[in-house]
Amino acid sequence: MTPVLELQQVGKVYPGSPPVEPVRGVTLTVTQGELVAVVGPSGSGKTTLLHLMAALDRPTSGVVRVAGQVIGALSDRRVSGLRAHRLGVVFQQFFLLESLSALDNVAAGLLYQGVAGAERRRLARQSLERVGLGHRLGHRPTALSGGERQRVAIARALVGNPQVVLADEPTGNLDSATSANLVTLLQALNRQGVTLVVVTHDQDVAGAMSRQVELRDGQVVGDSGGGRP
Amino acid sequence: MSRGLPLTPGSRLRAADLLPVGTVGLRARPLRAGLSALGVAIGIAAIVAVLGITRSSQADLLAQIDRLGTNLLTVVNGRSIEGQEAELPAAAHAMLGRVDGVRHVAPTAQLDGVSVYRTDKVPSFQSGGLAVRACDPALLATLDGRVRHGTFLNPTTARYPTTVLGYQAAKTLGIAALDQPTRVWLGGHWFTVVGILDPFPLAPELDRSALVGFPVASRRLGYDGHPSRIYVRTDTEQTPAVAGLLAPTADPQHPEQVQASRPSDALTARIAAKSATTGLFLGLGAVALLVGGIGIANVMVIGVLERRSEIGLRRALGAARGHVAAQFLVESLLLATIGGLVGVAAGTAITTGVAHQQRWPVLVPTVAVWGGLVAALAIGAVAGLYPAMRAARLAPTDALRSV
Repeated sequence: MTPVLELQQVGKVYPGSPPVEPVRGVTLTVTQGELVAVVGPSGSGKTTLLHLMAALDRPTSGVVRVAGQVIGALSDRRVSGLRAHRLGVVFQQFFLLESLSALDNVAAGLLYQGVAGAERRRLARQSLERVGLGHRLGHRPTALSGGERQRVAIARALVGNPQVVLADEPTGNLDSATSANLVTLLQALNRQGVTLVVVTHDQDVAGAMSRQVELRDGQVVGDSGGGRP
Repeated sequence: MSRGLPLTPGSRLRAADLLPVGTVGLRARPLRAGLSALGVAIGIAAIVAVLGITRSSQADLLAQIDRLGTNLLTVVNGRSIEGQEAELPAAAHAMLGRVDGVRHVAPTAQLDGVSVYRTDKVPSFQSGGLAVRACDPALLATLDGRVRHGTFLNPTTARYPTTVLGYQAAKTLGIAALDQPTRVWLGGHWFTVVGILDPFPLAPELDRSALVGFPVASRRLGYDGHPSRIYVRTDTEQTPAVAGLLAPTADPQHPEQVQASRPSDALTARIAAKSATTGLFLGLGAVALLVGGIGIANVMVIGVLERRSEIGLRRALGAARGHVAAQFLVESLLLATIGGLVGVAAGTAITTGVAHQQRWPVLVPTVAVWGGLVAALAIGAVAGLYPAMRAARLAPTDALRSV
């Protein structure tokens, strides 16, 4: 199996007095087709780890490889290129642009790949249909429910055909029924071949994933799939 | 170590997408965008209108000068060294007529102590500030003047007690038309009014005068044969040369007692005066523009602070720092350009309105239009630079955490 994300002895230190070290010595490999949950209580370093995996931040120590490339060695434009082409990110707060329709929000996921406008919208429509929102293309985010908004955000993360989708507490702002629907969607997407890493503190959500990585005080304390290559 | 995977291409934003991306912020807050563009619009409108109105009024003056001609010169008696009023020699106009380049010469003489009244019942001190001048029938042709009512003096009527009234003189005396035979009380005699003149913009002294012929002036009004003011029309190319010869020709003995002048110079001076006041208004416009630019910078800085999460999201979607900077710079340039276009349109409209009201030709200098737009763009660039750099420097993780 091809590894899409590799972390070797990754640490992150924020300077200050005392310095904060939310992630220390994390070694983790995610291979293609996996459905991984990163679980841990708040303050365990989950979000920092997600930012490192999403190439939004660079590690203080250790090596992060995305699609085989070491992000610490790349220029801003190259790292941004990795985010545009190889990574999809879903946030707890959705982060949809209020002035754009659902379709245009999803199409924005291809903006920094340099894809032409008509092609972006065609792929965005496909992506929205894939998450079951083919009937909501022209709606503004304010006209959508919380669950629908998160589906738009997932469609945006998928539209660029990334090697891995990283989700930060994707159910954090949803009620339990909507949350369960979203988990079902994530499982369905994984069966279609999408590699997913879901950061969550919700044990139910984590339990629905095929592999659980447990984080505590910035360190991996348990990995249900750790024996896999 | 690539493990055989192809190198991922760098992040890329198409040029065609830059404009729509740059308008996201404007579309989200149209009122704020409109207000911040308004500042620049007011500044540009002020500058375009000031330049346009000045140029239009100058064009009007130039047209007036063109119409009246710059080839009219006047010769006036000056004062002697002792301070007494000097007289022009009686033969002065005949001498002037022989100067090369002179086309017409028309002598006039103000008759001191002679006044004109509507009737003989008016007290003598109520002269209304009107003068009585003796003149030659050639005066009308020399000044290229026009008769409003009646006729001008001719060699025959110049010998009889007849008078032609200047435009203001007729108004002051309350004579609007000559349908009925009209007489005025002039120097203790009844004179018949045979004509009323249109205004002379280059010889306003004639507008407040009653004109009589030289023969009747010598016979009845005590004219001594010395002209006090001579009008000289020259060939346009030779005007400067002729002007230099006027004083020595008119009074070879005392050229220093003769004043030669060019009435159109007064109009030319008015053009210069208008240009001088323009500077002040342009300065005010520039201040308005500066304030407008600061307004845009202010709105952009606030926009960057408010839109941290959008910046973080765009970085997560793959935007490089340069793309974020470009987005905010384009937004600022757009705001300023919209302001500039509205300002140029408003300035042109104001100029057109004022010019129509004043009956001037409408003239908006192209340099004001293009200069206004270029200034707006420059302001947009300067105002957007700092906010754009701040947005680009924002770390994506900080931007995403700030909710």
